[in-house]
Amino acid sequence: MTTLEIRDLHVSVTADGEAKEILKGVDLTISSGETHAIMGPNGSGKSTLAYSIAGHPKYTVTSGTVTLDGEDVLAMSVDERARAGLFLAMQYPVEVPGVSVSNFLRTAKTEISGEAPVLRHWVKDLKSAMTGLKMDSDFASRNVNEGFSGGEKKRHEILQMKLLQPKLAILDETDSGLDVDALRVVSEGVNYVKAETGLGVLLITHYTRILRYIKPDFVHVFVDGRVAEEGGPELAERLENEGYDRYVTAGA
Amino acid sequence: MTTSTTDHTNAGRTDVDPTDPSQVNAPDDLDTTSTDPASAGLEPGTAENLGVDGLRVPVAGAALAAVRSYTETTVPDVSRADRVRSTDPDDFAVPTGREEEWRFTPLHRVRDLFTPAAEGEQAVSVVVRTDDPAVEDVEHAAGEGVARPGDRIAAVAQSTASVRRTVRVPAEHVVAEPIRVDLTGTGGRGAVDLVIDVGAFSSATVLVDHTGDATFAGTVGIRVGDSANVTVVSLQSWDATATHVGQHDAVLGRDSSFRHVAVSLGGDLVRMDVNVEYTGPGASSECFGLYFADAGQHLEHRLFVDHSAPTCTSNVTYKGALQGKDAHTVWIGDVLIRKEAEGINTYELNRNLVLTEGARADSVPNLEIETGQIEGAGHASATGRFDDEQLFYLQARGIRPLQARRLVVLGFFAEILQQIGIESVQDRLLEVVEQRLQDAALLDPTDDDVLGETVPAVPHAVTSEHSTQTTTGNPQEHTS
Repeated sequence: MTTLEIRDLHVSVTADGEAKEILKGVDLTISSGETHAIMGPNGSGKSTLAYSIAGHPKYTVTSGTVTLDGEDVLAMSVDERARAGLFLAMQYPVEVPGVSVSNFLRTAKTEISGEAPVLRHWVKDLKSAMTGLKMDSDFASRNVNEGFSGGEKKRHEILQMKLLQPKLAILDETDSGLDVDALRVVSEGVNYVKAETGLGVLLITHYTRILRYIKPDFVHVFVDGRVAEEGGPELAERLENEGYDRYVTAGA
Repeated sequence: MTTSTTDHTNAGRTDVDPTDPSQVNAPDDLDTTSTDPASAGLEPGTAENLGVDGLRVPVAGAALAAVRSYTETTVPDVSRADRVRSTDPDDFAVPTGREEEWRFTPLHRVRDLFTPAAEGEQAVSVVVRTDDPAVEDVEHAAGEGVARPGDRIAAVAQSTASVRRTVRVPAEHVVAEPIRVDLTGTGGRGAVDLVIDVGAFSSATVLVDHTGDATFAGTVGIRVGDSANVTVVSLQSWDATATHVGQHDAVLGRDSSFRHVAVSLGGDLVRMDVNVEYTGPGASSECFGLYFADAGQHLEHRLFVDHSAPTCTSNVTYKGALQGKDAHTVWIGDVLIRKEAEGINTYELNRNLVLTEGARADSVPNLEIETGQIEGAGHASATGRFDDEQLFYLQARGIRPLQARRLVVLGFFAEILQQIGIESVQDRLLEVVEQRLQDAALLDPTDDDVLGETVPAVPHAVTSEHSTQTTTGNPQEHTS
């Protein structure tokens, strides 16, 4: 049982020499096996939350705490956070020229599990994970994210999640840019890992459509850097019908 | 051919007689309309002129006598076609460091090479190894070199070389395994003139491996016969104290394919000219380079592709990494598309990865186009530091900072390493590159991930005036 606790998190970014506060006191608790959806209008700080948890250097935590089973996540480097069991599926995965997917995945797997995977098992695991995500076998020999379509990039993110088996995954707008088929494949991948490993999921999305495939236990509405409303899956349905206008107006 | 020059004592003056045929000395039979002194209509100049980029360019010296009609203008060296090529060292004045072709080179570190070594001094041994009995390994006489020196050091080296070797592959013969030419320095001066002569319809790979310590100047002339297929890999794997100034000239026959791979990792200073010219249509050349400069190292690569025949292609790709104080790399990529070179296609690319502060990468592509009847011509140059987002992405998957950098740098070099095609050599070079990265990590305390810093250490880049997408004189892309 793993628990990620976020308490009164304040985060700012520096632009043009001025620090601007994006997160203004976020409280959130996610445990293994739970799926939390964070929804909200553009610019409400959803992605900032994701990147702050992962430790992107662009974001400065000014106050608050993030702990994973009591361990101080904010004191960890980016790679230590990943090895502690956190995973961020990025909205815009980065190209790494000259580094093949298979080399990248094997290197990451070795770092995370502390030892090189047994080759025979590894090849089998990689193949079956790729088949599950309907990825061609030549995918492994391509360079990381180089020339990938939007859908391929997202599948590649979920492939990593499948193989690295984190305790807790943050999916940052994984649904954006996906057609219906790709969305279904990606969602099935997430559900599969969840069922296999009891993964906790923090699903960040602008739209409700991915919630038809990945059922959330909790929905948090994010407005202006903090949680404006919380509820169960029914809250997502309400957002589907009403949009975010209510919150934006109230916030203004 | 010879390119005699006039009047060395008259350095600083430009009163060259245009009617003197010895002075119309552009190499080969270039249509000289663009350098017609009459049309230039210029007045005699002074000893020094202000170059386009504000550099003071001395008119003195034989090298510039070739561009006599322009010495009076603000452009000192207007066309690559006009540069002197000569086997006679006296056709080249000792440079001052302000010449276009010398301005990046720390002259005090190569000064010895402007004059011949002492009689009998030869600190570089040459061993040719091949298991193919059809390959000839013979000595050639002075004056039988194929390389045509383009500067004083090459001319001194070729005219005073104490080792002159020709590796010859007969026509219609395929050499299965790479021919190895080991040049081993034992400290002191060395000068070697090599000829690699591959007959028509033949195929061969030649690995020229420079190791040990020497103050070395060498010329390599490569004759690629009609329809032949030749790869030359030149490894500059010198000890850290060595100096190497070299020139490689490739002369490509009709429908031939030529690949040149230059890998400069060792030595205190390496300066290499690689020149490609075409004697018939349909030939293709690919020039690859990989260099990794450590603190204090100067690694300079100067390419000149002379498109002198129609329907040929050329592709140049050089990639370099730099780390440490005063690591300096220079890449010059000159391409000349002559009037007769219709239907050609050329592209050149230079990328530099600056890994730490205090390093400097210069990158200057030049494209000279004398005909619009071509398929394509372009170039690109970019110098950058580690990409923060790449490192973040890799680290977000649990990969430690040092390992992440290793992946990025090896990935950066991968496309060049793959071109070598000799597995044992690729493995050896990989090891050197990995060792370099390890050493740098040990010296750089910010790399210590035990500290648990949340921000990956990203070095600050010092790049040259030609840092990104540099274009000199001509449009970035030219297609017709």
